[in-house]
Amino acid sequence: MKAIGDIAINAFRESVRDKVLYNLVLFAVLMMGASYLIGQLTAGQDVKIIKDLGLAATTIFGLFIAVFIGIGLVSKEVERRSIYSLLSKPIHRYHLIVGKYLGLSLTLLVNVTIMTVALYAVLFYMQWGVDPIAQRAWDAPALDPRILQAIGLIFVELMLVTGIALFFSTFSTPLLSAALTFGLVIVGHFSSDLRDFQDVVESSVAQWIARGIYWVLPNLAQFDVKAQVVHGQTVPAPYIAMAVGYAALYVAMLLVIAGFVFSRRDFK
Amino acid sequence: MKRSLPVVVVVVLCGVLLTGADALQLARERAYPPAEVDDSALYLTSGRTLRRLTVSLNALAADVYWIRTLQYYGGAKRRLAGLAGVPEPPPLLAAASDYDQLYPLLDITTSLDPRFSVAYRFGAVFLAEAYPSGQGRPDLALRLLEKGIREQPDKWEYMEDAGFVHYWFEHNYSEAARWFERASEVPGAPNWLKPLAATTVAQGGDRRSSRVMWQAILESSTEEWLRKSAEHRLLQLRALDDLDALQRGVDSYVRQNGSDGLGWPALVRARVFPGLPVDPTGVPYELTPDARVQLSPRSPLLPLPTEPAKAVGTVS
Repeated sequence: MKAIGDIAINAFRESVRDKVLYNLVLFAVLMMGASYLIGQLTAGQDVKIIKDLGLAATTIFGLFIAVFIGIGLVSKEVERRSIYSLLSKPIHRYHLIVGKYLGLSLTLLVNVTIMTVALYAVLFYMQWGVDPIAQRAWDAPALDPRILQAIGLIFVELMLVTGIALFFSTFSTPLLSAALTFGLVIVGHFSSDLRDFQDVVESSVAQWIARGIYWVLPNLAQFDVKAQVVHGQTVPAPYIAMAVGYAALYVAMLLVIAGFVFSRRDFK
Repeated sequence: MKRSLPVVVVVVLCGVLLTGADALQLARERAYPPAEVDDSALYLTSGRTLRRLTVSLNALAADVYWIRTLQYYGGAKRRLAGLAGVPEPPPLLAAASDYDQLYPLLDITTSLDPRFSVAYRFGAVFLAEAYPSGQGRPDLALRLLEKGIREQPDKWEYMEDAGFVHYWFEHNYSEAARWFERASEVPGAPNWLKPLAATTVAQGGDRRSSRVMWQAILESSTEEWLRKSAEHRLLQLRALDDLDALQRGVDSYVRQNGSDGLGWPALVRARVFPGLPVDPTGVPYELTPDARVQLSPRSPLLPLPTEPAKAVGTVS
């Protein structure tokens, strides 16, 4: 376990060294600029728009980090030949995969946490000075704690995407891994179309195939509760628990396969 | 240090994990049913704008829109078929109906690829078919076909289809004959179009001319869907003939014996009919308490076409 922890910490430090957290500056500028501009442009919906924008930016920034850092976790070690010194140490290759995964997850956690703080800060600024009577017209309070539900599920989705990127990076080139990961992310958000395939086709074979793909591919749409939260709807706790459980099991499966593939790779 | 788990262990482990994940997904979907996919929103309604946006990929975009059209039409049709009874058609000027995005989708598809023949021909059928099998808007079907004719003035098939729409759905036989005539004048048009135009003018609307038309399509069309449609129409015409013949038999029996204890067994025992009458698809006909013969609600031949000129020529 200590080995996994050390690898995770090192992966996190490496991403900090690689200036991954610089994206936070961009996020902060975006949020501050948007809060000013949107305040001038929109009529009474500025808080909602800022929430939409903040949650969307958290997803997109996180997605780019998860994919582009995730695909390099293994390939960079191979490229720099540091893999040899790592593998000469008394660690199992599975440790390396799990450690790298946890390291990137930590990076994402730090990112998402800072973005959340920034979003709440901007929302506080938007709320500040607004008449409480005017605030009643909002779907949800500006500093609505339910935003954390959406952000929590975004983070869980990013952890799943990291698992996918890491899985592809164990056997593919970085470019192809990125393409495959993005492809799977897109498909994962449209998997409900596969579920409803039976409504538009007669062929039972096609229905079975679509159903099979639906159950095998990751279902990412379940993590998207942004719209509900922004409109002040509470996401039930059992829903979140089941979505988190799904992600945990799916990530575990990806790591098992990634570890298996990686353990069989020959670096000579 | 290189140790690897056996393949079997990895496969079993992955199977267990995926099954667990899917079980959770299933439980979540049962507890919180996901919202239906709503494809009714059409964000870009201008085919010309989309054509510009899709630049050199407009043919591919047309394919995507065509698939979406099929999904939209198929989904609406299946949904309506699943409802108990046949729903009432929506008012013509209603803001929304189950098929209200059908024409915009077809319009975009054919704007992206103006030579997308199947989109015009299938689309016209989807639009013209009576509600709930289609939108019940022959006017939109004709608009779509006329757009196709503007793009390809030598496409006699579109003119033939326009004739069918006038004939079958609008019951405007002079207009139908005019379109068949116009189609027959296009070089390469089949030789049965001219006699069809003549028959339509002379006997428009009767079953015999309908039968001639669909028989000609069945024998000459290279399109599988059109042949199937012709087969279906011919079966419907046969069912209409059957219904007339059966009704005559029932009426005659009732005149002689009254309607007490009326039913297929009584009619068969009285040798009015040799056995339980079934429609051309094998579904038994129904006899109502007021001695009317009709198709069973289970019959795939429903809804039967309306007969605007029933008195003109009933063929039995």
